[in-house]
Amino acid sequence: MPFTTIKPMIDARDVYKHFGGLEVLRGVSLSISKGEVIAIIGPSGSGKSTFLRCLNHLETIDRGHIEIEGELLVETDEHGKSHYVADAEIRRICRKMGMVFQQFNLFPHMTVIQNIIEAPMIVKGIPRQEILPRAEVLLEKVGLTAKRNNYPSQLSGGQKQRVAIARALAMEPDIMLFDEPTSALDPELTGEVLRTIHALAEEHMTMLVVTHEMAFAREVANKVCFMDQGEIVESGEAKAFFASPNHERTKIFLKNML
Amino acid sequence: MDYILNMLGPLWQGATVTLKLFFITLVLSLPLGLILALLRISRFRAVSTSVNGYIWLMRGTPLMLQMLFIYFALPFVPVIGVKLPDFPAAIVAFALNYAAYFAEIFRAGIQSISKGQYESAKALGFTYAQTMRRVIMPQMIKRILPPMSNETITLVKDTSLIYVLALNDLLRAARNIVQRDFTTTPFLVAAAFYLIMTLVLTWGFQRLEKRYAVYDD
Ligand SMILES: Nc1ncnc2c1ncn2[C@@H]1O[C@H](COP(=O)(O)OP(=O)(O)O)[C@@H](O)[C@H]1O
Ligand SMILES: [Mg+2]
Repeated sequence: MPFTTIKPMIDARDVYKHFGGLEVLRGVSLSISKGEVIAIIGPSGSGKSTFLRCLNHLETIDRGHIEIEGELLVETDEHGKSHYVADAEIRRICRKMGMVFQQFNLFPHMTVIQNIIEAPMIVKGIPRQEILPRAEVLLEKVGLTAKRNNYPSQLSGGQKQRVAIARALAMEPDIMLFDEPTSALDPELTGEVLRTIHALAEEHMTMLVVTHEMAFAREVANKVCFMDQGEIVESGEAKAFFASPNHERTKIFLKNML
Repeated sequence: MDYILNMLGPLWQGATVTLKLFFITLVLSLPLGLILALLRISRFRAVSTSVNGYIWLMRGTPLMLQMLFIYFALPFVPVIGVKLPDFPAAIVAFALNYAAYFAEIFRAGIQSISKGQYESAKALGFTYAQTMRRVIMPQMIKRILPPMSNETITLVKDTSLIYVLALNDLLRAARNIVQRDFTTTPFLVAAAFYLIMTLVLTWGFQRLEKRYAVYDD
């Protein structure tokens, strides 16, 4: 199809965001194509989480332009004032993205299976008997069928995070956002979560992953972005990025990570 | 023995007034308190400030004063002034007063739920109303059970305040017999009744707490 332009899954341009007097995002642009996996790395406090949260409207931006699958979420007029689309539109557009948090944020009062079927039932209105078999498949996929009727407090950190992934997938998102999915885990539990994300990459899920796991970024991501002080300092094809970073700040960061 | 059985009639009459006041107050003040709590955490400053003022007023003045005001003084207030019969006046005062206490319990419960719960719900596409109903409220209930248990037990005993409106509640019924027959037995019967109500409530709340103990936060 040479004459159709393929829209990126996420197209964020020149995103600015401040908290009080602190400029947290200073003109961040990023676009991700279908099936692509982008890893965002960078020191703590550089604005990685904030950027991710701006994409699915957990934070509002000051200035910039965000499109999801070709649909406008927010744009900025010539006076530098941002305009979001209507609330219902925001919700509809943001539903194309699933998010996994560092702290899991499972619903503690629901069992594993309830956690997974709740949003499809409540948000999409899918009947229970229809969503249940799909939820069982997802549970199987993250290897937690045996924990079906347990509450989150009865799970290990790695198991919780895998439930969180299954819960997000149950909404059938086109894009998955991961915000340091393994940072709250004991080292011996990161592997099971990373393998789950790796398996998603092999199914060509479009993913944006904030991570401190450099080996994982190199292996699973197509592209790596290095963020520092609210800017994307450098980005490039994953293997090349790690083999020969260009920017001085990137080199220092990578050296400290090893 | 016959004597005690004889006095149970009027005492039971009084107890039904007490029970009626107790249950109607709960039925009215629980939803009202929840609404107040939600308004209190609203991001509209004018709304939360006025609710705050209301809670301060209701918690800062005696319930008895509020009851006397609604019964005796409200009829003379312009525009909203109405003359309520004694029992409805008591109900209004109790409901308005207890709604303020419940509102604070609900608010503290809602605000004890972590921000991450709202965020994961929002990221899954829940509206604010859906988030409150499905995620926040159910978790809040578990956390507010102990203070709720306290407050409802206090309500049992506060019902005796309506004697100032000359309503024949349990305590007044007991006192009438005491004055007529020069015996304190009715007081003991009344005390037993209050204790039984408290016992039933304590038991009920314990059962609820057990039910909610299936999960940890
Ligand atoms: N809600 C907030 N209010 C105020 N400051 C915030 C808030 N969220 C993040 N920040 C600040 O913004 C900066 C970037 O934070 P964050 O995006 O979490 O960085 P990262 O995820 O890269 O560690 C930090 O200095 C942080 O303290
Ligand atoms: Mg972060």
